[in-house]
Amino acid sequence: MRSVLGDRKTILILLGPALLVYTVIMVVPVLVSFGLTFFDGTALFGFDFAGFSNYVQLFSDAQVRDALVFTLKYALLTTILQVVLGYGLALIYQFMLRKSSALIRTIVFFPVILPTVAVGILYSKLFQSAPVDGLANELLVNVGLSGVDWLGAGDTAFIVIVIMDVWRSIGFYGVLIFSGLLDIPDEIIESARIDGARGFSLFRNIILPSTLPILFASFIFSINGTVKVFDSVFALTSGGPGSSTTPLTLYMYRTAFQFSDYGYGSTIALLLTIICLIITLFIFRSSRRDNTR
Amino acid sequence: MTETVAMTSVRPVNRRSRPVSRFLRRIPSYLTIALLLVVTGYPLLWMFFNSLKSNRDFLNSPSYTLPEEWMWSNYARAWETGNLAVTISNSLLAVVPSVILIALLGTAAGFALEVMVWKGRNGVLLTFLAGIMIPGQMILLPLFTAFFNLRFSGSLLPLIIIYTAIGMPLTVFMMATYFRAIPREVFEASTIDGASMLRSFWSIGLPMVRNAIFTVAIVQFFLLWNDLLFALVFAGQRKLNTIQIGLLNFSGEYGAIDYGPLFAAICITTAGILVIYLFLNQRIMKGLAAGAVKG
Repeated sequence: MRSVLGDRKTILILLGPALLVYTVIMVVPVLVSFGLTFFDGTALFGFDFAGFSNYVQLFSDAQVRDALVFTLKYALLTTILQVVLGYGLALIYQFMLRKSSALIRTIVFFPVILPTVAVGILYSKLFQSAPVDGLANELLVNVGLSGVDWLGAGDTAFIVIVIMDVWRSIGFYGVLIFSGLLDIPDEIIESARIDGARGFSLFRNIILPSTLPILFASFIFSINGTVKVFDSVFALTSGGPGSSTTPLTLYMYRTAFQFSDYGYGSTIALLLTIICLIITLFIFRSSRRDNTR
Repeated sequence: MTETVAMTSVRPVNRRSRPVSRFLRRIPSYLTIALLLVVTGYPLLWMFFNSLKSNRDFLNSPSYTLPEEWMWSNYARAWETGNLAVTISNSLLAVVPSVILIALLGTAAGFALEVMVWKGRNGVLLTFLAGIMIPGQMILLPLFTAFFNLRFSGSLLPLIIIYTAIGMPLTVFMMATYFRAIPREVFEASTIDGASMLRSFWSIGLPMVRNAIFTVAIVQFFLLWNDLLFALVFAGQRKLNTIQIGLLNFSGEYGAIDYGPLFAAICITTAGILVIYLFLNQRIMKGLAAGAVKG
């Protein structure tokens, strides 16, 4: 029995192809990319050894600092909004719309699967101010306020990016957390109601604790995606105006393909990877602690 | 229906509530539904109406008005100048083979890692898992250099190979989780009956996780369909443009002067997705949620 379940040839046949593709296309390039951080040059003209100069540049580069700040600010705000609003949506599905929520869930989910570039272009038109006002400014003007040049300044463009990404993904988090709410046995909620728990205290003492695992999963998934934000920003502002809405991902792309600096591009990619690693480890540790409690 | 709920419910609900007061009680939920529908649906509807306007109409009347004249010709122009036939088929040609490969290889690997017993399988599973965290930027440049040196550029092959690899971590992990749910006795019994593990995988394992494979395939389809980074680098030539690149170029070249066709191009790509979604929405929603929880 053991020998059949552990048959080497079968393991090789089943696991081999996947492991080979994964190793050649992901594991090896990660290592090569790390090696590239010590070089200058491009694929076209070859590479020169550069020692630690890329790292020195990384720590003194104001653009890296700006991109890092943008990435973290965006990731934190968007993650919090996605999870909190998603939670609110799930509560609406479960306790307000109840059985009739299926259709609404389906409709609100739809933007999740739209091509990100399509959504980006749509939002650039919704929030445009020239040559004519988009929908957002028309609303402002109609209630007596003046229009805003949304995409003309970094701060307002940031707001539009966050709004867009929350709009795009809110249905997803609604459904995700809703599936967690469904797992709470009805008897628990009923008995808490008999004990006099209502409204907020019911939420605080019964619902919130039982949805902590799914809330945690949503948080992980969200932050893992928002730290790597690329396509929606690329399509909406392409990092501008100036470089005020450039996340690390986009700065790396520009460094490598517009300024043809592969070594420095790899160094920025490494910084991004280390941030992802730190977040993952942090999440791992805090999830361990939760389990032992 | 509501009557029985009210009777069995523990709460002392006013049983003989008149229709009017019932309607009043439901106003908040009606308002919520309306708000959700407007916030989600209106931008899409707005885009649809504007896709049917002439340029003059778009520039001169408020954007929320209906088109003066319904310009269906915008769609024909979007289809032609937007290169949509090419970009859509390129996206399909890159994504569909990748998804099939991912499902095939990922399921086999998940089986080998979860059902079969050998030393080091946890280590390999963890190695796959680590891939979920790696940003695409970290593998982009070595891959570009390698494919450039291999003279592979000029076809969609690099994209298919890369997509297959980046889909692997999540798929292997999800499939391992699905195989974990199957009692081990099933495979032990088939082994006693004399089946080899390869046979058990093919005749027992695969059929039992058929639904899961479909779920995984849907998740990967949408993740890859929306890829921009690798498409930018490996499908930059016009004949290789995927749908995302095509839209980007179209909005760059014509978007500032030709609004109708731009909106029409977005509507066309959205409509394609909408059709798939109409048929598979429950599967898609469950699948993507499962991917998040397991990942």
